[in-house]
Amino acid sequence: MAIAALDSRLAGPAAALSTIDLLRLSTAGSVDDGKSTLIGRLLYETKSIFEDQLEAIERASLRQGADQLNLALLTDGLRAEREQGITIDVAYRYFATPRRKFIIADTPGHVQYTRNMVTGASTSDLALILVDARNGVVEQSRRHALLASLLGVRQLLVCVNKMDLVGYAREAFEQVRDEFSSFATGLGTANVAFIPVSALYGDNVIEPSANMEWYDGPALLPYLEAVPAGSNAGEAGFRFPVQWVVRPMSNEHHDYRAYAGQIGSGRVQPGDEVLVLPLGKTTRIRAIDTYDGSLDSAAAPLSVSLLLEDDLDVSRGDMLCDPFSPPSSSQDVEAMVCWFSETPLNPNGRYTIRHTTRKARALVTGIDYRLDTNTLQRDTDVRGLNLKLNDVGRLRLRTTQPLLWDEYRRNRVTGSFILADEGTNSTVAAGMILPPGEDW
Amino acid sequence: MISTITNLQALEAESIFIMRETAAQFERPVLLFSGGKDSAVLLRLAEKAFRPARFPFPIMHIDTGHNFPEAIEFRDRRVAELGERLIVRYVQDSIDQGRAFEEPGVASSRNRLQTVTLLDAIRELNFDAAIGGARRDEEKARAKERIFSFRDEFGQWDPKNQRPEVWNLYNGGIRSGEHVRVFPLSNWTELDVWRYVEEEDLELPSIYFAHRRLVFERSGMLMSVSDHLPLRPDERAFEHQVRYRTVGDMTCTAAVSSSASTLAEVIAEVAAFRVGERGATRIDDKFSETAMEDRKREGYF
Repeated sequence: MAIAALDSRLAGPAAALSTIDLLRLSTAGSVDDGKSTLIGRLLYETKSIFEDQLEAIERASLRQGADQLNLALLTDGLRAEREQGITIDVAYRYFATPRRKFIIADTPGHVQYTRNMVTGASTSDLALILVDARNGVVEQSRRHALLASLLGVRQLLVCVNKMDLVGYAREAFEQVRDEFSSFATGLGTANVAFIPVSALYGDNVIEPSANMEWYDGPALLPYLEAVPAGSNAGEAGFRFPVQWVVRPMSNEHHDYRAYAGQIGSGRVQPGDEVLVLPLGKTTRIRAIDTYDGSLDSAAAPLSVSLLLEDDLDVSRGDMLCDPFSPPSSSQDVEAMVCWFSETPLNPNGRYTIRHTTRKARALVTGIDYRLDTNTLQRDTDVRGLNLKLNDVGRLRLRTTQPLLWDEYRRNRVTGSFILADEGTNSTVAAGMILPPGEDW
Repeated sequence: MISTITNLQALEAESIFIMRETAAQFERPVLLFSGGKDSAVLLRLAEKAFRPARFPFPIMHIDTGHNFPEAIEFRDRRVAELGERLIVRYVQDSIDQGRAFEEPGVASSRNRLQTVTLLDAIRELNFDAAIGGARRDEEKARAKERIFSFRDEFGQWDPKNQRPEVWNLYNGGIRSGEHVRVFPLSNWTELDVWRYVEEEDLELPSIYFAHRRLVFERSGMLMSVSDHLPLRPDERAFEHQVRYRTVGDMTCTAAVSSSASTLAEVIAEVAAFRVGERGATRIDDKFSETAMEDRKREGYF
């Protein structure tokens, strides 16, 4: 028991559980860079496409007058997408190899659907960015790299596509690589890899391509099978946003009261001291309950029910956390936000904010700058400074209740929030919390 | 010390979170139950999310009147074991009230009519969230679906204008008359479901396993002989060893030729399948290229 306790301390706060056999990735890139075709190729080559689906896209390809199988039709499932030959919303696709299961969010390239790209990337371990070898790094490549970086996606993989159209030339690949690398350095993104591919012909998708012997790195699929999964979400200590109070109120379980939720970060075991926020009192964990029995320890991202030693006032939106490294608690937060709505930000507006399991109201108290996603320049022109659809900027907010937060870079769960319109309830922004005064 | 979890454990943790989020964000949620394997998994996840307390929502079945008797037996037995509340609404009632009209022709199915009954029940009972077992791997329109999927006051889905859904911050905000469909199994595949059934030792309706059945062939599919589906003059009934991959309305759900009679055999079979779950078994998806999208826009499951 003592050893186990020591173990969990040694493992430190970053001891979230990771999945070896599951990788979540999202695609990004400009329109017509071939994202859907590349995903279609991956599915096709790994025999993840069912025969009936293949027949259906064969029929649809013929109807479109295409001279070869249009693999993009595998993910562009909506009527409007097929009509226009573009991706409008994220399609989630699943495939497995003997080594891993993959969840792919195939996201749109059009600027107007950037919010759907953010939807796909927010839960990803890896962002796969396609660049057309003929066009090089374009504005959308930079925008998507920026967003993936802002969202804390740990791995960026750049597939330089359509190599067949540049004669499989090494120079074309290296030019994109160098250009993208210098932009990525400005983003502070750590892990960027590059693979030259032809999605159309399958070069370097599953196996090394005979057309590009100058490239000695892995092909796409072997790379995806080996890349580390998981995000940087677990760097803060134990965080448990209370989601639901389990109170049976039956004779058999008369006094049972457990706090249910998903562990946001860190690890916990019975006997651990925990701080209850915003109450500010400490207590100890009496037991970790699940339907399958009590656990000796649990870690993120498991969903569990925690029983406490003391009777305290705890409800949804409160947080149980490590008393030695608690989150910040404040009504004023500063954050980078992506604006999703056709209606621009109302600089004096009031919004609904959802942060962990807490819902409150938020008042915009200031716009620090709008970030040019192409040049990374900060537009701080005070007059008329605003955020419109797909803009990224730094905001200050004041909330009706204190938020219990960590910096987004250290903790995805306690560092993220959404804003919703108070009238229509539609989601208008995604936010990533920054420490006061610190720039992104 | 354990430092990794499996794909199934990660999916389970996510689905339990979604279940609890639904209970917490809505006043009157309901869990939709069809009698199939995905419903069976949903019920187990609800137990995991809320026991030892009772479910914070009732269970509702939209009964087409064309069900497999095995599915109805399973439903009643399972609900009784759980001690939870079951609501049944009948498509036949919607037809009798003149709210739904049976499609003409021998290939008619009540599958599409369920939408009317479902939306009427949501309005009648004032539900603001309906939990369903749909998965994104089933079909290309479902691949586009959010986990909290907004429906307007007509029950319509607008696939071109969905709410962005970032991280696990599900937005359940609605106005009166609107509702949200919740899909906790969004990220599960057919194989994940079967592996979970095995791991959790879940009971399923017997028709999921190989058995002898009187069938006939229509549009290249094996349909069960029943009162609901009269044979055309050129069709011939014969006995065959089959099982079902999905359990829906008898008139639109086909059997597959199979000798898989145990869970292990079924899992081996599913892992080797070269035809999709709905492609193999659903006549209703074959009306057009976007049949599912069209039904979903109207308010289908």
